[in-house]
Parts: sequence; structure tokens; C-alpha cells
Amino acid sequence: MSRSSALPRWAEWGLLPLINLGVALALAGGVVAVLGESPWVAVKLLVAGAFGSQEGIGYTLYYATNFIFTGLAVAVAYQAGLFNIGVEGQAYVGGLGVGLVALEWGEAHPLLVLPLAMLAGALGGAAWAWLPAWLQARRGSHIVITTIMFNFLASALVTYLLVNVLIKPGQQSPETREFGPGAMMPAMHEVLGAGGIAFAASPWNIAFGLALMAAVAVWVLIWRTRWGYAWRVAGENPTAAIYAGIAPARVIIGSMVISGALAGGLGLNELLGSQHRILIDFPGGAGFVGIAVALMGRNHPAGIVAAAVLFGGLYQGGAQLSFDLPRINRDMVVVIQGLVILICGALGDIFHAPLLAMLHFWGRARRSATG
Amino acid sequence: MNGSGGSATERGFSASAVPAGARGASGPALELRGIEKRFGTVYANRAISMVVERGSVHGLIGENGAGKSTLMNIVYGFQSADAGEILVNGRAVVIGAPEAAIAAGIGMVHQHFMLVETFTAVENAVLGVEGGLQLAGGLARARRELARLAGEYGLEVPLATPVAELTVGLRQRVEILKALYRRADILILDEPTAVLTPGEATALFGILRRLRSEGKAVILVTHKLREIMAITDRVTVMRQGAIVGEFVTRETSVGALAEKMMGRAVGGPLEKPPVQPGGTRLAVRDLEVRDGQGVVRVRRVSFDLRAGEIVGLAGVSGNGQTELLGALAGMLAPSKGTISLGGRELVAAKVGPRERRRLGLAHVPEDRLGMGVVAGFSAAANAILGYHDRPRYTRGPLLRMAVIREECIQKMAVHDVRPAAPDLRITAFSGGNQQKLVLAREMDGEPSVLLVGQPTRGVDIGAIEFIHRRLVALRDAGKAILVVSVELEEILGLADRILVMNGGEIVGEVARGEATEAQLGLWMAGVSGEGRG
Repeated sequence: MSRSSALPRWAEWGLLPLINLGVALALAGGVVAVLGESPWVAVKLLVAGAFGSQEGIGYTLYYATNFIFTGLAVAVAYQAGLFNIGVEGQAYVGGLGVGLVALEWGEAHPLLVLPLAMLAGALGGAAWAWLPAWLQARRGSHIVITTIMFNFLASALVTYLLVNVLIKPGQQSPETREFGPGAMMPAMHEVLGAGGIAFAASPWNIAFGLALMAAVAVWVLIWRTRWGYAWRVAGENPTAAIYAGIAPARVIIGSMVISGALAGGLGLNELLGSQHRILIDFPGGAGFVGIAVALMGRNHPAGIVAAAVLFGGLYQGGAQLSFDLPRINRDMVVVIQGLVILICGALGDIFHAPLLAMLHFWGRARRSATG
Repeated sequence: MNGSGGSATERGFSASAVPAGARGASGPALELRGIEKRFGTVYANRAISMVVERGSVHGLIGENGAGKSTLMNIVYGFQSADAGEILVNGRAVVIGAPEAAIAAGIGMVHQHFMLVETFTAVENAVLGVEGGLQLAGGLARARRELARLAGEYGLEVPLATPVAELTVGLRQRVEILKALYRRADILILDEPTAVLTPGEATALFGILRRLRSEGKAVILVTHKLREIMAITDRVTVMRQGAIVGEFVTRETSVGALAEKMMGRAVGGPLEKPPVQPGGTRLAVRDLEVRDGQGVVRVRRVSFDLRAGEIVGLAGVSGNGQTELLGALAGMLAPSKGTISLGGRELVAAKVGPRERRRLGLAHVPEDRLGMGVVAGFSAAANAILGYHDRPRYTRGPLLRMAVIREECIQKMAVHDVRPAAPDLRITAFSGGNQQKLVLAREMDGEPSVLLVGQPTRGVDIGAIEFIHRRLVALRDAGKAILVVSVELEEILGLADRILVMNGGEIVGEVARGEATEAQLGLWMAGVSGEGRG
């Protein structure tokens, strides 16, 4: 009665996400058709918008950078058996740390400011994750509830600071002044240009490289260190963890702090790489998309990078779509993105059982054909 | 082919259907024809055909993993067969779900009861067959009917008490009543005595005799041969998914059945050199353990464990053994008392499981899959559980994967774990091979004290002998070993000294040479004799 057999790896990692994506796109195509546009044209525009030009690719990877950071944050907690819904808030507070460093020391040399900003981002995110973690580890408050609430707290905190403290004097909108030149993440087209490769301008910046490095580091942490081992034991079988002498409190706090620190990486890309100031709601839901990215990427860094690029493409291509097709406005693009998140993320396993049955059936047919 | 879907019921269920016994006309109560069930490449059931007559108790025996449970799950609709037919009263029925089995007059009493603990017996009985939106009427009818059934079959239980407050034996009666209330003519009992004291078991057999005389068909699934001899009329023996023998019980013997069950002549008793206990390794004094609700599970427990001896802790499941093991291993904090390991006090010093391992205390837990291994991990990853921060497995924070894999291969060779595949998921191994790997892991830290809970639960016969011999060898090498088992035979075969637990207390202690089963049985039932000398 237990799930007696798992899917082979190629099916679990390759086929299942592709089936999910196909179904999601088919449903989205239905929505497009109802609106009176051709789904085929829409898909072509979407793909072309996301991957058809250097600028499109740049934007896609810029969005993907946010999703890699937030996806990794969700996955690290998930491996330890914790559902961190607070990545959005952790990214917000982490970004605040990034921004404060950038405002204070923006005139200094980038080699000084950028590492400092990284550290501040990680610390801010970690701190915002540490509180709910501590509450669960020591006081038994459920982390799903507290991290959701901490999203609101983060939002209120940053809004308050922007409106009352950090706002640039003499303006209406709650934004800070622009960061100094030392606090800019070098853009990829500039880096590539310096290397003699011409690439269209976009907000794609070297935070993308940092995100990839973070993905590798997370893989090592989870699958090659004794801490990651302990977290995975606790995530898979809490009783076995206690049996093995792994303290649950340390697992909760350790994994959540790393999770929050990863969320803080978003500020590097979004603030230092693109906005160059702190503004209201700069995470823009990337913390929640990170949940879908982690689910679709099966909580594995390689899968998360792939899923993040896909979602980045969806964001960029979706923007293109609303631009080119008059009947598809920005809200419809959100609906389409929501469908993909729903099918690929939240319902990521609905085709698990049918696929398993199908492979089983094929296997049997093949055996009876040969034997 | 018996699909899982399809129209399952010939006759829709209704609480006021045909009177019991009047269903169908001809044919045996239950007949299975050519049942097949395969998991992957392994046959759990192969060409199973058997007949269960009305008014009989039919035994179904076999070792763990012989396919008994799968077969009964198919009959009760939890699983669907790949091929074969099920006939009730001579008529073919399609059983795709338990509802269909119930409608066909089949009831099942599971080893782990399926009762809502906060409900009374009556409320449990009507669950799912409330008979209308208004609960009161259905409950009143049910109370009358249950009282009648209880009287008819000698199944007296307090009907108005929440099930949580009933003893295990009474809960089992509620399960039987529940099945009878659903008009079961065929009653399957899965290892019903596993949780009962010998006295409760005798009472259960009385009830089964009543059921038989009323024309019900009872299927008794067990691996205890003496129960088969005591109560059944016919017995079917399963091994490796197939039926290997059918007997009229009074024409066969325990020896013949055991041989059929194991597929070879039964080996003699375990050979053990005389015990030569050394110094005390583990000393427990006046230990008291409470559970999460503050209920005392272990009280006033004191004993010594000496080097070179195996102490067997006998008792009916649920009498505090689990909590005692948990406290000894450092997983539960005792509320009173002391534990000292090699002279070092552990309770007041709050020494946790990890430190205790370092101090030479190894623990093979009772619940292997729930605690002893991580199901999603490979064998190699499981072979370091609890030892994952030992210097030889680590370099700084990094794990030395090659070393871990290499050592797992060695452990598998020494402990005969098959297949010797360190990268294979642990759940792909049989229970016996999992247990051998856990034992290998726990032995690897060169412990002085070994706690072993249910060493052979869910373990196949070949592995049982290997594990028993291994434990004796460890004892001869000077380890102090505590074996907790609900199998009295295992305790009698392994232990040099026997402690008996009942209601959280150690109620009896006896050297193996002086132990009689009768005395142990009384102690297990809580009938106090002179107790401990």
C-alpha cells in the first residue's frame, strides 16, 4: 500500500517535468484561444520574446537569477523537512541589508562594497529566517505559519523605513536615492564587452554567476557534508534523526539560516544589478515563485537552475506577449504564469502515478514480447 | 483479470440486508482460484488456490514475507490481484475495495486495530454505516444489535466507554464486533495474538470456537504453530508466495508444519557455550519513564547488564519495553532513576544518543523502518547513520564518500548482506538484509553494550538464524547484550537471563536454566508470583 516503486531517474527528472510543462502550456493555450488569439502564435511570441534575441535572453537570465536564489532557499529548508514560505520576506530584509550597505558605502571601491553587500544580504535574510526557526525549535510554533507572518512583518518594516527614514528627501514615491557607483553589480554585457564579445544591453549581471556558484555550493552542502547529511536524515525521518543523535533544534536553525541567507542573494541581482535603489516590494513575488521553482526542480540545484531559467523565460516572454497581442494584457500573462506554477509546482506529482503505471505496462509488454 | 475498478458489489451494502448465514446457497464460504500478485519482478502470490469451509477455523501460516498478508489484503480489497478469482458461497465476486469485501460478507481484524480511539464501541461499529443523517436512531439500533451479538458470541465489552480506555484484548473484541455488525460471515484475523497475553489469547480462542459453531468461517493468519494446533481445523502453509502444503490439523504435527514452512528440516536449538558473565557494563536503578502525555510507561525498573551475557526482556507488546529501550538509548528522558554505562551516570548528566554511542552503547531499534534506517537513502548512507560525524568518515565538514562506500561493502561482506550493492536504496533490501546491515553498523563502533529491540521482526528465517548466531558470538566476545522481544521463543533461545515486563514494571527475573514457559506466561499476564528474588 506504500508507494512501492519509484520512477526511474530519467523519468522523474526529465519526463515528468516535461509532461507537466506540456499540460500547463496546453491549458494556457486554451485560455489564449478563449481570448480570441491563436495559441500557436502566442507560444511562438513567448519563446521568441524569451530566447529569440540577445536582449530577451539577457532579461530571461536576469529574472532567472532571482528565481535561482529563492528556489535554492526553498530547497535547502525542504531537504531538512521544513517548508519555508517566508523566502519572500527573507529576500526583502536581506535586500534591505544589501541596500543599506550600498547607500552607506556606495562611493567606495566595488571590490570592497560588493562583498560587504553580499554579507549584509546574507545576514539580513538569515536573521529573518532565524527568528521563525528559533520559535519552532524552542517554542514549537509551526514554521509555515510563522514564516508567512514574517512576510507581512518584513513588508511592514521595509515600507515604514522607506516612507519615514530612507526616502530620498523632496520626492513623493517611497524610494531611496540612487546607490553610488561602487555599489553596482557589473552588467553581463559590459563584462562580455570587456572580453571582446558584443552582447545586447540588459539587466543581466554577474549576480547570475553568483547564483550558479550558490547552486554548486548548495549541492556540496546537502549531499557531501555531514551537516547536509544530518539535515536530510531529519527531513526524511525525524525519528531516525533523534535515534542517530541529530538534534532537531540544530537542524531547524541551521538549515533555515542558510535558507534565509540564500534568499538574501536576491537583493544583489535586483538592487545592485538593476534598480540601483531600494524601492517598495522589490522582491516582486520571486520568493513565492521560488517555491514553484524548487518543486519543479525536485529540490535539486541542477533542477532548480533549469526551472529558474524556464520561469525567467516565462516572465520575459510573457511581457513580450502582452506587448504584442492586444487582447492579452498583463493580467492574462499572470494567469498563464499561474497555470504553469500550479501544474509544474503545486501539482508537480499529479502525473506520477499514471506515468508509473504506463512505464510498468510498457516494461511488461516488452518483457512478454521478448520472452 | 481482476481489475481494481469496475462494479465491485453484487449486492449493495445496507445495514438491514439479508440475515446472517442466509446469504448465497451452495459452495464453500470462500474459495480462491489461481490468485497471482507481483511487485516488480517478485511474486508475492503465485497460483494461490484454497478453500475455506463454513463453520471452520482455517489457519494460514508462513514465515514473514511468505505472502500471507498480501493474500489477505487481496481478499479484503486493499490490493488487487493481477490474476485469479475469488468466490464467496460459490459465486464469483470482484473485490476492488474493502467496501466490496464487506458487502460480500468478509470482515477483517487487523494486527493494528482500525478504531477511532475517542469513540465508544458503538460509535466505532456504526462508522461508515450510520444508517441515515440522524445519528441517534442508528446508534440506538446499533447498541441493541451489538448487545445481542456480544451475548451470542461471548464478546462482552463495555459499549459506552471510549475505546482508548479499553485494554488491548477488549479493543480486539470491538474489532470483531464491528465485523459481525457488518454481517461478516467470513472473518480474517491477522496475527491476533501478537498483542495479547497468553490468558487473553485463550479467551480469544474461546470466541473463535463460538463463531465456528455458529457457522462462520474464520481465517487465522499467524506464524505461531502452537496456535494453529490449538484452534484450527485445517491449515494452509505458504512459502515464498506459493502454497506448499494443506493439512487437516489433527493429522499433522508442529514439526511437519515447521518443516513445510521453512522448506527444510528445522535446525536444532541454538548452540551456546555456557555463560561466563564479567563485570557490570550497564546498571539501571529505579528508572521511571513518562510518555508525551505524562503517563508513566516504565516504573521502578532496576537491573544490571554484565559483560558476556545476553539478558532477554520478555513481555507482551506495549508494556513499556519500547519506552525502556528509548530511555536507555538516550532518546527519551527518564523522569526518575539512574542509568550508568561503564560506571558513568547518564541521566542527570543528560547524555544524548550521540554521546552514548561514543561511550560504547549501540542500539538496534525495534522499529527498523521507522527509526533504524532512512527509507530514501542508499545502503551506504544508512550504514553511517548515527556515526556520520566519526573522524574516519569526514574531512572537515565534508563526508568521505569513497570511504563510506568502501566500508559499506566490507560490512555487507562480513554480515552477509545481499545484494552487496551499497548504492541501492535500503528499501530494496529484504527485512532480514536491512536488519543485518543495521546490526553491522551498530557493531562497527566496537560497543561494550548492545541494545537490540525485536532482533528478528520482519526477518526471513535464514536471516533469523544468522542474526541469532551473531548475537551469541558477540556475547562470547564479551559484549553485554539486552534483547527485547515479544517472541517468547526467541527470548528462550537467546537469553542467559530473562526479565519479564508487565505494565511498565519488571515483574519477574529468572535464569534461563530455571525458566519455564508457564511461569513466564503468568508474569507476562501480570499474575504476580514471587517475582524477583
